[in-house]
Amino acid sequence: MDTKTEVLVIGGGSTGCGIARDLAMRGVAVTLVERGTLTDGTTGRMHGLLHSGGRYAVSDQESAAECITENRILREIAHHCVEPTGGLFVSKPGDSEEYFERKLSGCAACDIPTERLSGEQARAVEPYLAHDVERAIRVPDAAIDPFRLCVANAAAAREHGARIETHAEVTDLLLDGDRVVGVELAHENDTGQSVPTERIEAEHVVNATGAWAGQIGAMAGVDIAVRPSKGAMTVMNCRQVDTVINRCRPKGDADIIVPHETACILGTTDVEVDDPDDVPESQWEVESMIETLSELVPILDGARTLRSFWGVRPLYEPPETKTSDPTDITRQFFLLDHADRDGLAGLTSIVGGKLTTYRLMAERISDHICERLGVDAVCRTADVALPGSDNPMRLEDAMASFDLRSPIARRSIQRLGSRSSSVLSIDEPNPVICSCEAVTRAEVEDALSEVGTDLNAVRIRTRASMGNCQGCFCAHRMAALLHPDHTVETVRSSLDALYEERWRGQRHALWGEQLSQAMLTRFLHATTMNRAHSQTASSESIAFERFDGGDDRGD
Amino acid sequence: MGAMTVAIDADVCVIGGGLAGMTSAIAAAEAGASVRLLSHKKSTLRQASGLIDLLGYTPAGEIVADPFDAMATLPDHHLYQRIGEQAVHDGFDLFDAVVGESYSGDHTAANALVPTYGGRIKPTARYPTMTAAGLASDRSPVLFVGFERLTAFDAPYVSASLSSDGMPAPTRGVTISAPGSHRPDTRLHRLVHALDVNESVSTSTGSQPIRDALARRIEPHLESAQRVGLPALLGLENAPDVRRDLERLLGVDVFELPMGPPSIPGQRLEHQYLDALDDAGVFRTTGNPVVAFDADAGRIQRVYIDRNGSRVPYTASQFVLATGGLVGKGLASDRTALSEPVFGCHVPHPADRAEWYGDDPHTDQPFARFGVAVDRSLKPCDDSETPEYDNLRAAGGVLGGTDVTMELSASGRSLASGVRAGRLAGERSN
Ligand SMILES: Cc1cc2nc3c(=O)[nH]c(=O)nc-3n(C[C@H](O)[C@H](O)[C@H](O)COP(=O)(O)OP(=O)(O)OC[C@H]3O[C@@H](n4cnc5c(N)ncnc54)[C@H](O)[C@@H]3O)c2cc1C
Ligand SMILES: Cc1cc2nc3c(=O)[nH]c(=O)nc-3n(C[C@H](O)[C@H](O)[C@H](O)COP(=O)(O)OP(=O)(O)OC[C@H]3O[C@@H](n4cnc5c(N)ncnc54)[C@H](O)[C@@H]3O)c2cc1C
Repeated sequence: MDTKTEVLVIGGGSTGCGIARDLAMRGVAVTLVERGTLTDGTTGRMHGLLHSGGRYAVSDQESAAECITENRILREIAHHCVEPTGGLFVSKPGDSEEYFERKLSGCAACDIPTERLSGEQARAVEPYLAHDVERAIRVPDAAIDPFRLCVANAAAAREHGARIETHAEVTDLLLDGDRVVGVELAHENDTGQSVPTERIEAEHVVNATGAWAGQIGAMAGVDIAVRPSKGAMTVMNCRQVDTVINRCRPKGDADIIVPHETACILGTTDVEVDDPDDVPESQWEVESMIETLSELVPILDGARTLRSFWGVRPLYEPPETKTSDPTDITRQFFLLDHADRDGLAGLTSIVGGKLTTYRLMAERISDHICERLGVDAVCRTADVALPGSDNPMRLEDAMASFDLRSPIARRSIQRLGSRSSSVLSIDEPNPVICSCEAVTRAEVEDALSEVGTDLNAVRIRTRASMGNCQGCFCAHRMAALLHPDHTVETVRSSLDALYEERWRGQRHALWGEQLSQAMLTRFLHATTMNRAHSQTASSESIAFERFDGGDDRGD
Repeated sequence: MGAMTVAIDADVCVIGGGLAGMTSAIAAAEAGASVRLLSHKKSTLRQASGLIDLLGYTPAGEIVADPFDAMATLPDHHLYQRIGEQAVHDGFDLFDAVVGESYSGDHTAANALVPTYGGRIKPTARYPTMTAAGLASDRSPVLFVGFERLTAFDAPYVSASLSSDGMPAPTRGVTISAPGSHRPDTRLHRLVHALDVNESVSTSTGSQPIRDALARRIEPHLESAQRVGLPALLGLENAPDVRRDLERLLGVDVFELPMGPPSIPGQRLEHQYLDALDDAGVFRTTGNPVVAFDADAGRIQRVYIDRNGSRVPYTASQFVLATGGLVGKGLASDRTALSEPVFGCHVPHPADRAEWYGDDPHTDQPFARFGVAVDRSLKPCDDSETPEYDNLRAAGGVLGGTDVTMELSASGRSLASGVRAGRLAGERSN
């Protein structure tokens, strides 16, 4: 099958989805292709800090200024994805006072509002801060849910006519002389098999594959020097702090705690890697993070960890710079116009940057493409709210009309945005499937209707299976909802995939309560349900007659 | 501290009140000893299915039809080989005596095949009589019945899944709403109790005993089914009556599928064991953990429980450690190491935490093998295979060596090691 589009965007992370929304809102015909599910790349594996810019206020004031502007915009257009927690930069004995003062003046220069707090005042805000915290700066940092943000952008793009294709991997760029004229795609169907390739012709191709951008460039023989750098994050089981906590020092690993819903995420490290698909997950990173951050919040040491995960930053540096330490590589974004740069028309790459500035990145690249295509339309993404963020009264209405307990309704509505009304207004009983995160059957079914049989995608949309039990009690319930629309085999393979993903995340933090939980999960899945073995038993049938044929005593 | 000044509390002190500890206590009492059972929290029986597995799979992953045959082929270091087949027989004899008519499976040495709530077939050695009509080897047609709000048990899926695993009987599954106003998801115990006392519930045709109302909702779906399988919630105290009434009203056999926590069959079993402990004259002290001990010349003198911050000593001449595994808290861990927290017994495990787990959660996992190592008389040993204490034995989940979750042997190991540890302790104390 061959198709045509005006602009083809490669990559379903925040950047690609933001670009698709922007262009679609300007009336451009867009197709976005993503090799996995949306957020499969770095966007689904990041810390979730909506930067105020405070972090960059001394080292990189241009980034800092962009952050505070975008921070303000996202609080408006995506308030259902943002939790306005505020943030603190805290100083311990020995941390430079001079740097603290420069942080304050840097923020002032970038229009980032601040408040200077004494150690006592900081502890009044966050009681678990260490007793020797000497002073702090309050800034408007916030927590942002990258999953919902990204999906909301994709939904908006789709509402404006864009085509969003997931499980579609670009395997080659189509060239006509020194011009990129489209891409070749391999689709993956529900069961993971590849089906025949598709060619999509496009007037312009946007490479928004982040850490993978070099691979796309290589398909057309252009060199894009992405320097992927991995970072570890660890999810704690409860919310030890309600404010984003940063260490106030020039730079360093493991110095931020971000509260998210009922948990806290510790992060992060910065280690350069060769291949973004092969990220070594090292235990020491988790341990050192807990240790370092316990200096700021002592109860973290010994607290229960839920899981750890790793992401890869799409850092980029222009060819002439040769920075040795990845923490020194700039966090700015770069628009690479391959026509100017490499004499290859029809292709633009966008690399570097942060989630916080995704909208601005999308705006810049969309301006550039519209200019190339001769489209005369202005960017409206900063003024129009994302789907789901309208009318807060609907939250109250939904709670009353669906007779839900408030925490569930509140959290459901946060998750679904303005779709909640249609999702929750069903007459049938709507039992809770995942009790840790209070996710109902209607929500899981709604997510399934959008993503097919991929339970990991359901997890990302609904948070089901992401709580304390890590899927022990709910994974099989989620899977059973695929039946009878799908076969027993599909239910089993989807369940196995979810179970494996949950396992991959928690095994690095396997001690204490989490180790006990892992053993309980095994008892339930392998022993009580006997899920592990029957996989082999089903291939050869069981010799039933050799087993206990029953006893008449009971009758 | 002068040990001789404190009077002895009991001949044998058992620490841990799960299946293994209770079995040890009864066995020690039967050997003529006075016994004290110290238990902190509720045992894992409240989470366990209530099925008593002996050996479900060989180390190579083959399903086991005759566990005693298969046992003979196990490696030397396996617990069953270490303590011998006789200990296994003794453990099951004690179990059969405790549970009487309420369990089945003792009429044959073969394993039974029981359908699970995950839709798979599982080999086990003893199963509640409440589950007996559900055997997967039986050919008579089954109707599985689930409840609308009990999403842990999806009857149509369980039915389809069992068929695809080759269960020879024709199966169907339906989902109905539970009679009465007790929601099985949030108020499971209220529903169980309502069935226990046959509470009257209001229905569209007036008020009616709940067992009748349930039968009425099932009846239209029966068609040619000769047995009806329900999630295990048919009463706690009067389960046999609930089953009998439903069978009478429906004219077919009725059985239960064991479920996850909170497990009703596990609680029924626990009640029976508690009665047996009382009958055997075991003194029970529950609700407080053992936190310290005194030892002298290689022998444990006494243990201390912590009661609201004060320490209460229990002196005995023999001790049994039956504090369970990672779930029961008989094993503790932090970021760097694994330990047995009561006596600090050696727990073999890799120093590098990356070796505690493997990549594939569907195969054997190193952490699932963690536990204390014992000699043939069940004494925990240090890293040079020397007993840690002369009068300390261990039983049940605290023992390591095998991933019991894959082998399907957890309760069998608890029974066999429990009876042996208890009996040896009882005999030595006389
Ligand atoms: C550890 C860590 C912590 C971070 N924390 C923060 C933070 O707190 N705040 C903040 O603002 N930013 C943070 N960032 C940065 C931020 O996460 C990223 O800048 C942002 O998510 C990048 O989004 P993206 O869309 O550019 O890339 P991605 O999300 O990686 O999207 C690229 C997509 O392209 C797809 N793709 C690749 N190859 C192909 C192909 N051949 N065909 C089709 N699709 C393909 C991938 O599957 C992927 O989904 C963090 C980054 C890391 C690594
Ligand atoms: C979810 C689940 C499903 C299972 N399913 C099956 C199954 O289908 N088939 C099967 O054969 N087996 C099954 N089992 C295993 C079985 O229930 C037991 O776990 C096993 O027999 C071990 O029993 P135990 O008595 O050694 O330990 P536990 O049952 O764990 O009991 C240990 C006891 O020791 C107490 N204790 C711990 N530390 C102290 C202390 N310091 N002081 C005092 N008391 C202490 C605890 O509070 C607890 O009461 C399952 C287990 C689980 C968790």
